[in-house]
Amino acid sequence: MPSLSPQPEPDPDPEKRRSTRRRHPLANLWRIRAYLRPYAWHMTVMTLATMLAMAASIAIPLVIQAVVDGPVKDGDAAGLPLLGLAALGLGVAEAVLHFLRRWIQAEAALGMEASIRSSLYAHLQRLSVAFHSRWQSGQLLSRATSDLATIRRFLSFGAPFLLVSALTYVVVIVLLIRLHWPLGLLVAASGLPLFLSAKRFGANYLAVSRQQQDQQGDVATQVEETAHGMRTIKAFGRSREVYRRFDIRAVRLHDTAVRKAGLVARFWALLDLVPAVTLGVVLVAGAVAVNAGQMTLGGLVAFASLHLMLAWPIEAMGWILAIAQEAMTAADRLHEVFDTEPTVVDSPAAVALAPAAVKGRLRFENIGFTYPGADLPVLRSVDLEIAPGETMALVGVTGSGKSTLAALVPRLQDPTRGRITLDGHDLRDLTLDSLRRNVAMAFEEPTLFSMSVRENLTLGRPDASDADVAEALRVARAEFVRDLPWGLDTRIGEQGMSLSGGQRQRLALARAVVVKPKVLVLDDPLSSLDVHTEAQVEEALRRVLAGATALVVAHRPSTVALADRVALLEDGRITAVGRHSDLLASVPTYRAVLSAEAEEVSAR
Amino acid sequence: MSRRATSVDVDAWRGRAAEEDAERTAAEGSDVRSVLRLRGRSRTLLRSLLRPHRRLMLWAVALLLTQNAAAMAAPYLVKVGIDTGVPALRADDTTVLVWVALAFAVSAGAEYVAKRGFVLASGRIGQAVLLDLRRRVYRHFQRLSPAFHERYTSGKTISRMTSDMDSISELADGGIEDLLLAGLSVVSIAGMLLWLDLELALVTLVSFPFLLWISAWFRRNSAVAYRRTRETIALVIVHFVESLGGIGAVQAFRRQERNQAIFDAVNDDFRLANRRAFRLISTFAPVVKLIGNVTVAVVLTYGGWLVLRGETELGVLAAFLLYLRRFFEPMQELSMFYNSLQSATAALEKLAGVLDERPDVAEPAAPVPLRRPARGDVALRGVSFHYRPDTPILPPLDLEIPGGQTVAVVGATGAGKSTVAKLVTRFYDPVDGSVLLDGVDLRDLAEDDLRRAVVMVTQENFLFSGTVAENIEFGRPGASRDAVEAAARAIGADAFIRAFPEEYDTEVRKRGGRLSAGQRQLVAFARAFLADPAVLILDEATSSLDLPSERAVQRALRTILAERTAIVIAHRLSTVEIADRVLVLDSGRVVEDGPPSALVDRGGPYAQLHEQWRDSLL
Ligand SMILES: Nc1ncnc2c1ncn2[C@@H]1O[C@H](COP(=O)(O)OP(=O)(O)OP(=O)(O)O)[C@@H](O)[C@H]1O
Ligand SMILES: Nc1ncnc2c1ncn2[C@@H]1O[C@H](COP(=O)(O)OP(=O)(O)OP(=O)(O)O)[C@@H](O)[C@H]1O
Ligand SMILES: [Mg+2]
Ligand SMILES: [Mg+2]
Repeated sequence: MPSLSPQPEPDPDPEKRRSTRRRHPLANLWRIRAYLRPYAWHMTVMTLATMLAMAASIAIPLVIQAVVDGPVKDGDAAGLPLLGLAALGLGVAEAVLHFLRRWIQAEAALGMEASIRSSLYAHLQRLSVAFHSRWQSGQLLSRATSDLATIRRFLSFGAPFLLVSALTYVVVIVLLIRLHWPLGLLVAASGLPLFLSAKRFGANYLAVSRQQQDQQGDVATQVEETAHGMRTIKAFGRSREVYRRFDIRAVRLHDTAVRKAGLVARFWALLDLVPAVTLGVVLVAGAVAVNAGQMTLGGLVAFASLHLMLAWPIEAMGWILAIAQEAMTAADRLHEVFDTEPTVVDSPAAVALAPAAVKGRLRFENIGFTYPGADLPVLRSVDLEIAPGETMALVGVTGSGKSTLAALVPRLQDPTRGRITLDGHDLRDLTLDSLRRNVAMAFEEPTLFSMSVRENLTLGRPDASDADVAEALRVARAEFVRDLPWGLDTRIGEQGMSLSGGQRQRLALARAVVVKPKVLVLDDPLSSLDVHTEAQVEEALRRVLAGATALVVAHRPSTVALADRVALLEDGRITAVGRHSDLLASVPTYRAVLSAEAEEVSAR
Repeated sequence: MSRRATSVDVDAWRGRAAEEDAERTAAEGSDVRSVLRLRGRSRTLLRSLLRPHRRLMLWAVALLLTQNAAAMAAPYLVKVGIDTGVPALRADDTTVLVWVALAFAVSAGAEYVAKRGFVLASGRIGQAVLLDLRRRVYRHFQRLSPAFHERYTSGKTISRMTSDMDSISELADGGIEDLLLAGLSVVSIAGMLLWLDLELALVTLVSFPFLLWISAWFRRNSAVAYRRTRETIALVIVHFVESLGGIGAVQAFRRQERNQAIFDAVNDDFRLANRRAFRLISTFAPVVKLIGNVTVAVVLTYGGWLVLRGETELGVLAAFLLYLRRFFEPMQELSMFYNSLQSATAALEKLAGVLDERPDVAEPAAPVPLRRPARGDVALRGVSFHYRPDTPILPPLDLEIPGGQTVAVVGATGAGKSTVAKLVTRFYDPVDGSVLLDGVDLRDLAEDDLRRAVVMVTQENFLFSGTVAENIEFGRPGASRDAVEAAARAIGADAFIRAFPEEYDTEVRKRGGRLSAGQRQLVAFARAFLADPAVLILDEATSSLDLPSERAVQRALRTILAERTAIVIAHRLSTVEIADRVLVLDSGRVVEDGPPSALVDRGGPYAQLHEQWRDSLL
């Protein structure tokens, strides 16, 4: 089986990773507070309700004591109902406060989670194609789901309990010191080993939980890849090998989780051990103190039972710490994405281009492009001018950089050198929105989504009228959609999988046409069509192309026939521009790339 | 980003699918019967997941009991120390205190060991169950047919394998311990109460019907609510994965705003579903608390009155009340546990639904062996097929392809060429008739035999993340590097691969994004070539290639296809010319059949196509 490829780094940018590392582990979690701001009121009420409920729950035993010490002991039947009512009132109050706290908590925590998820998605949509090709989709997904749930859990359960148990701890310690200061200090000192081991546990747990979250992302990635590559896996019958790849990751995740359980087990057990040992020491020392007359017996009883009250907050600290660490690493992971700045953005001085004013003169000036991380440029120095209304075919061998060049026009990427101008404006000086409003593109792989045909068609122009849609369907010869069970409302399968290859491509073409753009970029738009349909589409397309500036990537003479002129891309440069027949006659490389006159073909 | 109030009609956006519940598994009907059945299934699933760990579970329970006993010993030891140890000390007798100290040390030690052991054991069990579940579901997804995946969507698959697993793992992470401890103390305290005072205990019992009623209410509603959270998160994931997967188109077509609106809508649906579930538990837990507190108040008053009348001892009342509070406290934890249990149950039900789905293209129980090497005779006998019952794609179709023959299939787009290929590779089973390989119905062949014999290069060249070499090796796992390179060389991919800085070890990235479309197609081609099957199906395998590469491939095909059966689907007739025989397909019907040269002379549909193609070359 193919060996497991080296684990791609969650963030390939080492600079960034180090910078997140250097920060305090809490720093990123603290940044989340911005999302809590709308819920400031909720948080205040919640905290108050928590404290009041705590007070009520402490008061109930006092009432019980009052009943026992008062009416019952004194035989005072009249006082009994009153105190009973008091107990009832406190009990009801406690329950109501609980109710209040939980409802408000649900509102705040879920609201916060939803708004972070929404901004994460918004941010991801702004990040460039380059970012998305670098990041594994499962890693992004696990941030948007598991990590956010972790943070929500911490804020809704962890944080309030942290408050309550820390308060309880401090109050009890103070009471203990007041009761008998040497023993009280002893108990306080027992906090030291707890603190130290918590610190060590924290550091270890932080690392493991980060690792686990990353591995969860890996598993998600593997699942996603399997789901998308299902047909290929089936076609080759490679379920077993792919399963093995999945299994390696799943087992890795399992092992990390078990390691985490080991860490937790040791720490939690320690949290039980320390108070128990302290209690033993307190008892013996207390007995000695009582014997020496420094303490009353009742004092010792009170001391011991008060000390028992410490057990719960200490135990709770164990899982609170654990989910706090998880929330911290989850916040780190989120901010790795949030901290990635979109590279293709509006410049501060960007102007909007009025559609009516666009003539459509497209110029490539000394364009160079190197993919991030690559050593060699794909495009070295491309110079090309397309006049308004002209259709330029772009021709070159496989891998020569045609698609790369085409993607620069709607600014899916920015050139690393030189500039592209539209009517004399550098594309980077235009707002992205107005640029893309005027540029439409049909990709070499028809990217369709599992939604209705109409939604897919009007991707770039949601307000397109039925007539526009009908016209685009006619141009792309995509009228077959009307025969689908619910016509334009039919959901097409994911990536258009319920359509034939040629149907997908025509739909993608219709999608670009319906925008009625000033600049049309078509990347090998007819490759999956049969000759007959191709001829029909070309004929209809000619009319559309007449009204727009177009760049058409082409592999076949038939597609080149759509164009007024042809440019030959070679070695990252445009080496020839001219009419098809002229180039065919005068440029040998052009002939090699595009001539049908090779022996196999003419042999019939 | 401001979150605007959106009301996206999610149904209109997604469009209509064949059935209302197209994306549910068959087991997930909404009627009462199927809900009950599914619940039964998920319980069976849980049992079968836990069965291998019975030993470890017993061990964990034993540890838990030990830990609990050790923890309970502390108050008792305090009592002994104070009641006996201190008076003894006054008499200068330290033995009792020494024993107490020793006992403390022992119990603390035991508690430490038992607690540590228990947390570890329960973690092990939980994670092992989770791993087992992940494996089972993943394998099952692999077994299900393309038709299932098409309607289920990858987002749903991912959501089952990630988010649903998360909710189960949440239960495994904690919870079990709370359940056991709380259950234990509730039972033991209940015994204590009965023993202390029967009459007061009976008063306490009055609270039970209320507890049962609220629990039933919670269970009924939360089952629905959590099921809804599972469904809504799946939609969030579907939209997330799909829209970011096509980010290029999203950005180029300025789709961000509408995507955001849709995302906010599904995200908000998820929030609301979650809120509903949260509110249920936020009502349930306080109501349990309320019942407890009211019971305490009633017992306090009534008990006080009993004491006044001299029917009960004061000490008994005091003890009773103390225990009563301890009785209701763990109920809170129980209710929290109940909550994660409900959430995990909803997830488990979804997973059980998946596991319950029968593959519609199933492996035979008793496969007929295929002779090796296979001859490669392919036959379609009276095959008819449709994707949707009302739109027939193939009328009864008969076709015999003798072993070794190269058949080209041409025809207009949407004619059904790929469909024929998908039937021969058994992505689908024919609605009627049968597809035979070497005289054996494909439905009687073992999956392994079939896949070894028949390989297809699909129209969409999917590459996996990994290196170029790994992707080619996918065709024949375990192939040597030499074989991989030879395959690439044979179809003319070697040159461009060598031009990469890392040559064959170049990482192709997600879905082969680092390669150009033509390069991807060449790699996919090399992959199929390396597989060396008896029957090779090429579905437009050269559509994205430039002419020189296409020519090189065609040259290679002459030798590659020489001694194997091949079905070549192509729109460029240059590829067709290497075929022994051409089939012209029109609306699923074979309208012409013969050697290419003969057909050109016959003046039928193929001759027309051919002429049109020749014209297009100039
Ligand atoms: N993300 C990337 N990182 C690094 N290199 C890349 C990346 N994408 C493409 N390349 C390389 O850049 C070159 C040009 O790719 P491009 O897709 O532009 O080619 P093309 O001319 O469109 O080819 P085709 O005709 O096959 O579609 C190829 O050699 C390819 O391997
Ligand atoms: N999974 C599917 N679900 C529903 N309908 C489908 C599915 N796949 C294909 N079809 C329909 O079946 C018909 C035949 O499709 P098929 O893919 O076989 O065409 P084709 O001849 O390969 O066309 P092309 O040359 O465009 O690839 C088309 O009308 C298509 O819409
Ligand atoms: Mg390309
Ligand atoms: Mg097809």
